[in-house]
Amino acid sequence: MLDFVIKRFLQVIVVVFLALTVVFFLIRLAGDPTTLFLPPDAPREQIEEYRELLGYNRPLYVQYGDFMYNAIQGDFGESLRSQEDALGIVLDRLPATFQLAITSLILALFIAIPLGVLSAYKRNTVFDRIGVGLTVVGQAVPSFWLGLILIFLFAAQLQLLPSGGGGTPVHMILPTLTLAAYSVARFTRFTRSAMLDVLQKDYIRTAKASGVPTMRLIMRYALRNSLIPIITLVALDLGVLLGGAVITEAVFSWPGVGRLLWQSLMNRDFPIVLAGVFIIALIYAIINFVADILYAYVNPQIRVK
Amino acid sequence: MASSLPQGEQALGSVLKSKQKTKIGEFFSNLSRSWTGMLGFGIIMLLLFLSIFGPWITPYDPMHAEFSKGLLPPLTDGHLLGTDHLGRDIFSRIIMGARVSVIIGIATACIAGVIGTIVGIIAGYFRGWIDIVLMRLVDVQLSFPFIVLVLVINAIIGAGLRNIIISLAIGGWVIFARVIRSEVLALREKEFITSSIATGVSRLQILVKHILPNLFTPIIILASLQIGTYIIAEASISFLGFGVQPPTPAWGNMLNEGRDYIFSSWWLVTFPGIAIVITALGVNLFGDWLRDTLDPELKGE
Repeated sequence: MLDFVIKRFLQVIVVVFLALTVVFFLIRLAGDPTTLFLPPDAPREQIEEYRELLGYNRPLYVQYGDFMYNAIQGDFGESLRSQEDALGIVLDRLPATFQLAITSLILALFIAIPLGVLSAYKRNTVFDRIGVGLTVVGQAVPSFWLGLILIFLFAAQLQLLPSGGGGTPVHMILPTLTLAAYSVARFTRFTRSAMLDVLQKDYIRTAKASGVPTMRLIMRYALRNSLIPIITLVALDLGVLLGGAVITEAVFSWPGVGRLLWQSLMNRDFPIVLAGVFIIALIYAIINFVADILYAYVNPQIRVK
Repeated sequence: MASSLPQGEQALGSVLKSKQKTKIGEFFSNLSRSWTGMLGFGIIMLLLFLSIFGPWITPYDPMHAEFSKGLLPPLTDGHLLGTDHLGRDIFSRIIMGARVSVIIGIATACIAGVIGTIVGIIAGYFRGWIDIVLMRLVDVQLSFPFIVLVLVINAIIGAGLRNIIISLAIGGWVIFARVIRSEVLALREKEFITSSIATGVSRLQILVKHILPNLFTPIIILASLQIGTYIIAEASISFLGFGVQPPTPAWGNMLNEGRDYIFSSWWLVTFPGIAIVITALGVNLFGDWLRDTLDPELKGE
């Protein structure tokens, strides 16, 4: 088990390292950043001066080494716009993203688990068909469009909720609903298949035959035993939620890391992009790491492999 | 006796008929048994029709702006779904947007599919260190959110139809590589392969004659299931201002442009979204049906 944990932990480092490397070279290959800050008719000397100031005139591998050396120490440079520490700006936005992601996750589980249980228990009935139908349609609805429709309904028509921004709990309602809806379809499917597995087991049939009440059978006997596969599947899926958060934040102007990353890409503020990629890769890799360990813990076959 | 002859002929006829029954006939008789498959197939046919014949069926020029006719609600002045802020006909723009979605979905699936299949075959067939290196690479990429990866790549290499296809393919090849590798691993153990190896058939011949044909089904299934993801991802990224750029009509950038008018003109953000949902639904339903039909073992998973 320890071997497995160490191996997986090394992978976290490799993921973050490669993500930074790829994005660094993509940015450098895409063009000289100095041209973004100087007028197109700037004199050559000024461009050269700027390049020297920012270190862009050095060979690429020196720049890369320098960047990595500083990045390891948490220094991603200053924002090209606000001259503040790039990593600091990203970290400031992190709590808002966590807040949105965690609330949505809880809401999604509260909807998806009962739906999946019902769908599995009433297999091949109307309930199951509706449950499966909802997941199929749910997967076809882009989250950003759902967000727009919610803004239209609740902000424009009913004028009940704000269309964007952050700060108060009221601002959280629409983005949370949007991001939760994005996950409900997949979580329902996980629950349904995990429950179907358990419901086929002999002990369930025995319990049923010996007259255990339905509610007790589902809650105590079936759901309890399918909770571990559900939790692991959900944990492995959290990255998709994180990806959805980026888009949802952009739709609702939610002041999180996703919106910051999007705006920095728009402004070509590359130190922030790199710091943002670093944080997203790190969080995602850690989530995967924990999910894998959890999965290995409940499923010894994985450990041996 | 006289009556038995036509009967015999009839029986013989039906035997011949069933033998002549083409693959296409089999496809449609299978399809007709699933209403979801039929629905998906119908939507895909409609999409293909619109993307091929779009320019001839749009009631208006989708690029033609007429400021005096801006923001007309649906069903006014002959504009079925209304007009946008520049007075362009939304129905015509949605029809032309179908072409963009179809091109992106299919082109990405082809590129990602070819790259992923080649990598998967190399990893699964040759095993050893090359397998370890390639699969670690796949693992690493899979541990980064797909949509964020595509967004960052596209924002850096620049927007546009060609670049969004490249970005999506870079994000998408890994799934093909992983699935194809496990298919190749399973095939290698099959008797017809081990016996070919034993009889001294060359590696290349085994690859081309035995392994490649057997990968056709999983590739088609996977591609059809992925196209919906690509179409939604492109729309999301075009919505965020990258991807396909205006004035080219794509459903994602139509929604981006319509966003500013959400408080006054609901039709700008409604209809392109419905087009995306119907498309993704159709592609996914057809993909699910295809998987259930071609690979019954996976059914219900």
